[in-house]
Amino acid sequence: MADVKPRIKLDKKEVAKGGVIEVKTLVSHTMESGQRKDKDGKTIPRKILNTFNCDLNGKTIFSANMEGAVSANPYFQFKIKPAESGTLTFTWIDDDGSKIQATEQIKVS
Amino acid sequence: MPSVPLRVALAAAAILVCAAAPHAQDASERPAWQGHGIKPQSPDSPFEEVVSGLYFRSKETQAMQADDFNNPGFLAVEQGQELWSKADGAAGKSCASCHNEAATSMKGVAAAYPKWNERLGKPVNLEQRINLCRSGALKAEPWAFGTPELTAMTTYLRNQSSGMPGAVTVDGPMTPWFERGKALYYQRNGQLDLACASCHQSNHGKYLRADFLSQGQSNGFPVYRLRDQRLVPLHERMEGCMQDVRATPYAPLSDEFVALETYVAWRGLGLPVETPAVRN
Amino acid sequence: MRHAINRRHALALATGAVVATTLALRAGPAHAAKNASDEAIKAFTRGKEPVRGKVRLELPEIAENGNTVPMTVTVEAPMTEESFVEEVMILAEGNPNPGVISFRFTPSSVAEANTRIRLAETQNVIALARMNDGSVFSDVKQVKVTIGGCGG
Repeated sequence: MADVKPRIKLDKKEVAKGGVIEVKTLVSHTMESGQRKDKDGKTIPRKILNTFNCDLNGKTIFSANMEGAVSANPYFQFKIKPAESGTLTFTWIDDDGSKIQATEQIKVS
Repeated sequence: MPSVPLRVALAAAAILVCAAAPHAQDASERPAWQGHGIKPQSPDSPFEEVVSGLYFRSKETQAMQADDFNNPGFLAVEQGQELWSKADGAAGKSCASCHNEAATSMKGVAAAYPKWNERLGKPVNLEQRINLCRSGALKAEPWAFGTPELTAMTTYLRNQSSGMPGAVTVDGPMTPWFERGKALYYQRNGQLDLACASCHQSNHGKYLRADFLSQGQSNGFPVYRLRDQRLVPLHERMEGCMQDVRATPYAPLSDEFVALETYVAWRGLGLPVETPAVRN
Repeated sequence: MRHAINRRHALALATGAVVATTLALRAGPAHAAKNASDEAIKAFTRGKEPVRGKVRLELPEIAENGNTVPMTVTVEAPMTEESFVEEVMILAEGNPNPGVISFRFTPSSVAEANTRIRLAETQNVIALARMNDGSVFSDVKQVKVTIGGCGG
């Protein structure tokens, strides 16, 4: 499922100042923990998404550092209180340096 | 069974004793599966109540399936959706070239599989039907069993029948396949000498070691397994069951497994399609 | 005057005797994990003694499968510029590597997050929450991980 786009769901995209938006994200990734062995008994090297950032207009408002103990296809549910309208950017960073990214527009009135 | 060593026979007996014995955990924590099912559609059904595997799972697992967004199986639904309209093969066609919108053309279709194929003179399951389209109309390579593509397309098509009752037909030319599947279901296998029925008919609602046994229904397949953290097609699960009883499994997409799939679909006749279901 | 608090002492205060007992009884391969989590806890608390409370872990008592265990962590915090939770660290000391995940919050987020984690065996999962004033709070939950049977 390597080329599947991340799934993002906001419970609302417009909120009054001080209001809360619930965010759910799901991304396809095997999260190879580095603990498993292949058929020949060789350890399969770790390859995970190690970082998740949720930025509003370039400023990080929620983030996570992941280890091999996060299940495959990482799922997050969290809530934000955006101070201003703008672009939410969701970024997942892979051990190999590659990034998965998605954006959503929100309005704060 | 003189060829089976005594200790293996004892192990099999021990497993069934465990299945019958109360598990260490409090009975109140057991999933309450009764009352969540449907009345059997056939008088020949072995069940008083036909219950989806969903209700044999924990409340956390049920919650994960309940919301289409929380359910990680929907990653495959989305992958299948993309593949549906992606041209592939020498004919330069995609599934959508012939079938247009899957939401309308495929609604209810997968719920009736496995289905008799006149040209082949035998039933095909959904994976085989997809591959017939690929090698036929698309002039593309069939997807191998277990590839993310085949499983995603199967999941996507099954999802177009979500909530619709399973509607396999087992009359006419399907009858011998139904009978063959039934014989396989009750056939004891492997060193542990267990049949499908040993667990899923006689002991569902009981623990087999740490596992709370379901009726072994197929209405949620392919399922997102918490264990594998990916979608698992039905024939892979059947392979797993056969390995668990220390038997040599039949091959995925073999006549045996298609017959068994047909019979299992009949046992769950009328259960709503849950694909992609979430299971342990 | 209190001497440098060692990790076990801090954790015993933080998460109750049950955790300390579990850790004390632990031996063998888990040692590496314990040392690694010692280090992680020291770096996280910055010498502060964790206090039980404010942070709450929600996990199933029995995981249907240890490979995908839903987990929610919530912290009681006003989440204003003046007072907010900076970071929550989740540790699973029965795993080969104790680190699971750290969440970083800001006044523009709510102190609550849900994800799915892997637990190798029955064990205590620990949450540590560090506020912007440096105070550290903790919670611990035992999760039974069933192994064996056809689902395991």
